[in-house]
Parts: sequence; C-alpha cells; structure tokens
Amino acid sequence: MSTITPLKDRDALSTWAADLKTERASGAPVVIRVSMGTCGIAAKTTPVLEALQSEIRSQQKESQIEIVQTGCMGLCHSEPTIEVYDRQTQQSIFYGNVKPEQAPTLIREESSQAFGVDVLTQNWYRPEETDADVETAQARIVLRNTGRIDPESIADYVGTQGYAALANVVTTMQPDEVTQTMIDAGLRGRGGGGFPTGVKWQFAAKQPAGEKYVICNADEGDPGAFMDRAVLEGDPHAVLEAMAISGFAIGAAQGVVYIRAEYPLAIERLELAIQQARDCGLLGTNILGSGFDFDIELKYGAGAFVCGEETALIHSIEGLRGEPIFKPPFPAVEGLWEKPTIVNNVETLANICAIMRRGAKWFRQIGTEKCPGTKVFALAGKVKRVGLVEVPMGTTLRDIIFGVGQGIANDRAFKAVQTGGPSGGCLKTEDLDTPIDYESLRALGSMMGSGGMIVMDEDDCMVNIAKYFLEFTLDESCGRCTPCRIGNKRLHEMLVKVCSGRADMRTLEKLRQLSDTIKDTSLCGLGQTSPNPVLSTLRQFRREYLDHVMNHKCTAGVCSALVRYDINERCVGCTLCARNCPVSCITGAPKEHHEIDQERCIKCGVCQQACKFHAVDKH
Amino acid sequence: MLSADTKPRRTSGVRADSGLLNALHALQAEHGYVPRQEAMALSRRLGVPLARIFEVLTFYSYFRLEEPGRITLSVCDGTSCHLQEGPVLLKAIQALLGIGAGEATPDGAYQLNVVRCLGCCSCSPVLMVDDKIYSQVDPADLPGILKKHPPTAPKEAN
Repeated sequence: MSTITPLKDRDALSTWAADLKTERASGAPVVIRVSMGTCGIAAKTTPVLEALQSEIRSQQKESQIEIVQTGCMGLCHSEPTIEVYDRQTQQSIFYGNVKPEQAPTLIREESSQAFGVDVLTQNWYRPEETDADVETAQARIVLRNTGRIDPESIADYVGTQGYAALANVVTTMQPDEVTQTMIDAGLRGRGGGGFPTGVKWQFAAKQPAGEKYVICNADEGDPGAFMDRAVLEGDPHAVLEAMAISGFAIGAAQGVVYIRAEYPLAIERLELAIQQARDCGLLGTNILGSGFDFDIELKYGAGAFVCGEETALIHSIEGLRGEPIFKPPFPAVEGLWEKPTIVNNVETLANICAIMRRGAKWFRQIGTEKCPGTKVFALAGKVKRVGLVEVPMGTTLRDIIFGVGQGIANDRAFKAVQTGGPSGGCLKTEDLDTPIDYESLRALGSMMGSGGMIVMDEDDCMVNIAKYFLEFTLDESCGRCTPCRIGNKRLHEMLVKVCSGRADMRTLEKLRQLSDTIKDTSLCGLGQTSPNPVLSTLRQFRREYLDHVMNHKCTAGVCSALVRYDINERCVGCTLCARNCPVSCITGAPKEHHEIDQERCIKCGVCQQACKFHAVDKH
Repeated sequence: MLSADTKPRRTSGVRADSGLLNALHALQAEHGYVPRQEAMALSRRLGVPLARIFEVLTFYSYFRLEEPGRITLSVCDGTSCHLQEGPVLLKAIQALLGIGAGEATPDGAYQLNVVRCLGCCSCSPVLMVDDKIYSQVDPADLPGILKKHPPTAPKEAN
C-alpha cells in the first residue's frame, strides 16, 4: 500500500497525499477507530478489536467498514473506547465500555446510534482542521491525530497533511524565517518552564555553524502525567517531523529522542516511525531533494526524574549519571558533546507542525496573549471523567474539572486540585475561576508543570499529599547539591512528625523557613521547586496542619498514625472481619465480641467494609 | 565566576561512553538484572572503568543489581493511586508475602516493586503482575490474584 521508494521532492509528497485522499474518499464509508494506547490495552481493548474484526469478516462488510487502531482518545474513564465515524456526514459518535459480545450489533448496525452501548459523547473535541463552532471546551492541536490515525502507518500521517510542514520549510524557507515564525507564534515550552521556544532556537541558531543537536525530551517522569506518552503512542511522526524542522532552523543534522524505558509501546512505535520516515526519504540525507540532512536516534532513560532537567538529560545521553549542572552556559550554547543543543519537550514539538502549516497569526488566536496555544492535561484523581484533555490556554480550572471532567466522583465535595506534580502546588475552590497560564498558576503558588492535574475531594489529607510529593523528590534528588539532598530529607522528617501528631507549632514555622531556603539555594529546577507542595498546602490549608499539630487529628482520616479502628458493642461475632483482614490481626471466638490488635493493624479499613452490622468504628 | 569545583562535569568527550546506558539496558533485558560478571565484561569491551559503570548503574533506579523474583508484582504509587488506597494495598501485599518493597520472597517466587505511575489513572489503585494489569484492587482480592499467578519453578542453572 505505502510506497517504499524514497520521495525525491516536495511534489512527490503532495502527489502521494492527494492519492491517499482519493483512495480514502472511495474507501469504506464507515470507520471504526479503536483506542489502543497502553491504558486501552490494559483495559482489555484487544478482545474488542478482535471481535470487531472477526464480525466484519463473517458479515462480509470489509468494503463498508474500515477498522483503524489508534492511540489514546483521552476517554480513559470508559475504556475500551471506540469511535464510529461516518465519512459522508463527517459525524462521529464515541462509545465507551464496549464489550466483545456487542461487536455483532455494532457491525450490523454500522453508523446507527442504537447499539445498546454507552454513548459517551459526540463532540468530544474540536479537531484542529475545523474552525467550526463546536460546543466543547476542547480544541486539539497537539492531540490532533492522537486517537484518529493509525500511529503505525506513515500513510495515515501523510494523509492528514503529515510532513507537509517539513516539505514547505526545507524547500521554500530560510532557517531564520523558521525561527522568526516560532518567535512570532509565541509558543512556550510545555515541559513546565514556559520558556519561549523560538528564542531558544535563536540562541542555538546564532552559534557558529558546525555540529549541533536537537533533543526531544520524552522522559516523562511526573507521577500522574501521561500526555507525552499518549502523543508518542498516538502520533509519533508529528514529533519526528517537528524535530527535523527544528534541526533545519538551528542547523543541526542529528536529533536524539531521550525516552523513558518504562514506555515500551511508545518506543516500539517511535522506532517503527523512524524507520518508515527513513524509507520514505523524510529522514536521512538530502530530504526531499533540498540538500538538508537530518536523522534521529533513540536513547533510553532509566528511571531518574531529574533527567527531565536539560543538563541532566544531556549527561545521561552521554552515558553519565544524570546530574544537572549550573547554567550558564546554556545547552543552546554548550550542550551535548559541548555542542549547541536545543532540548524540547514532546508536547512542545507536537505544536510545531501546525504552526508551520497555518502560521504564527493563526496560532496566536488560540489561548491568551502571553500564552498562545493549548495545553494538554492528564486529568485524574477523584473526578468523574478521568482522561486526557486539551484546552486553550486561559481556560478556567472550573471548565476543565466540572466541564470536561464532569465534576467529582461519588458525590463527594471538591477540596483541591494539584497541578505541576512534585514541583507544583494545590489550589482551592476559590481559585477555580482563574484562567490557566504559566503566570497565573505561579502567582497562586503552583505551577503549570508538565500537565498532571489531580483532583482531590474531602477524603484527601493535604498534609499527607505534601508528604507524598516530598517522598518522591527525596527519592529522585540526585544528591549533587546540599539544599536538595539534605534539606528535603529534613523537610520530610518534619512532615512525618506532623502526620503522626508529634509536631508542635515551631515545626510549622521551621517547615516554612527551610522550604524557603531550599527554594533559594538549590542548583536545579528539581530542588528549587521541591518545597512547593509543602508551601502551597501550608498556606492554603493551614487549618489542616493545625488540626494535626494541636488536636492530633487527621480530619480526612488518612494519616494512619492518627486513625484507629475499633470494634463496638454491635459485634455479633460473625468472624467476617477476621476472615477478611489481610494481616490477621482480628481475634475472637465465633459468636463472641472481636478485638483488633492495634499494634499489627495496618488501618486498611477492610474490616469496616466487610462488617454487615456497622460494628467497626473509625476514629 | 565558577570555581574549579563547580565547573561543569562535562565528559572528556569520550563518545564511546554514550553507548553505556543502552548496553546496560540490553543486559538487563537479557538477564532480568545486571550481573556483576557481565558488567565486568562490558567494562573490558567498552574500555570504561568498572567503577564508572557502577556509578551509572546505582544512579538509575531502573537497573537492578540482584536477581529479581520470578513473578513481579508492581504496585502503582502514582498520585492518583496514592490518593485511592494504593498505600493500603502495598501494606497488605507486604504483610501477605512478608517482604518489603524492592525485595523478593526467600524462595525467589515473587518480586515486589513500587512503581511511579503506570499511566492507568482511571483504574486506581493498580497492581501489575508481570505484564497484566489489575484495576481497582481491594486488599481482599489479593489471595485470589496470587492464586492466578502460582509460583513457578526456578530456571535450571546452566
């Protein structure tokens, strides 16, 4: 199907794209897209896919229905998810929680709406190519192909204007024009820092010609964030194309993708995409006859969060410990192998092709004046619709959590939302109407970060959350500078004291002081932002800290040292709790009152759930 | 401005080292961990001192220096799982198997690991047994899950 002969020039690419368009127009009228990202596969999508495929064969509908295996659609709360798209009407309907046994009806009815399957939504997002006014908070640029095309087919990518931006750039533009377009577009680094991408490129472009490098930071280590993985699994060519464009802009011939080893599916799809692009002459020497050479190699990370910091990442690629160093010199001047290097995050790169195709002016219309474009968030925690969402910058937290996310699950009350992962902070109800951008979140003591957004309800203890993130930083500190290595350890000890009811008011004051010191004196971004979870909760949820300190009470009932389970007089001795206890710490003869051994109890609450007589109290 | 000590620790420009991480990945993929003998062989092959190899090995949490248990239980401690009873699940498994995180049972049957976010935040709390993901795991489900993955016999030594 796909041409293996290298494309010799821009026209060859356009001809191919046009052919694909015609082929598609005369193809099956109905497309069923099946979400096959890591999470989809984990939620047992493969049997659904196989059932759909075998039904098409047995009902002989190969010419009417085409199945496309895509990356994540972002509807993680209802996996397995499929999208039934009607090519004539251009309408699509998303179905969730699909079971293999529903395949016969689905295939028989084709695009009809009544399948007895959960209809999730029709306007889940507004695709990048339409300017139509679709009623949805989501506008997709970064995720424009994710969940829509087959990531393992370069033809699918070329068919959606893939590599058109690269072709245009290398055959008609000068490197400084490309950089200028990026500066005009005002795209800011989506890895968390928010540094203008075009300016970064310009630094590297201004360095004397010679060996230069482009690095894609795909070491997504923030717990609860999986945007980059979704893009790499769902649209790998977009990242490769953008890397080639940035290589052209700064004068680099080599790109490196530094990817987490924990993402095997993303690695597999990237490797395949690189090979396909090479076969088609879209990577390698003399790309599309322009004289521009560019190739990409993969390097695996090995589970070090600090390697998200660019100098640490560069060390890791060089085969060293991933320790950050003092900047300047910035990598744009002295980076990989001491050569000018730009490091861009996956999501940042995924914006670039659209900007090059549609221009800086178009991009500036989306989002806010200071932060044009969109942001992808991994919405998780106690929200009804856990998933991957992409909204214009300046959208309020309320629109994301209560609009796209449809509010808090299990009828609980909203308490806080955490953004920015271990470097960010928690925001309260009062902050929900703040339009999101880098500055507004920083002003509230949090951070944009890479895009993890964790929603918390009244059952979550904010002191415990601060402790959790600090444990993460503690594990991930590279140990190079003292404030981060020792300071965070001391902070953690103080938080453990608070959580176990052994702290006093002086501890709280010390917490704040030490946090400020660590922020001011750490070497790299990891250390400088590590106290943020502590500072933000201390400021926003001071009452909870006071409850732990003064009353030795954890209102949310999370801090296990301050919680105990007891069996009350309603116990009839049914032994159900004792049989369910995972540590067998409940004793008592049948038909007699049972007792919990407080020493051995792990406070898991299984006994309380198991008891049919409300005989287990939690205090 | 910078003292000699804080001067960037850039490499001596030995590009042969850059293959080190990928080589270690290959060893771990083959053996399940990086055996000392193999690390020594790698040191001779690449001409990189053994101390440098161990410096790198011990820095990255992904690399293991000891043979892991034959069935790996990975408890997710990403933020979403942490908020939704992940820590309780971990404690329950620890109590059940009598081992701590990062340890193997004495018979080498099970390996217990804590991992940072498997990206399945809608399924919290998540337990992964080898490659199979169990979602919304309750401590009471554990014996049943372990029964589905009975201990296997150790591999014959060569």
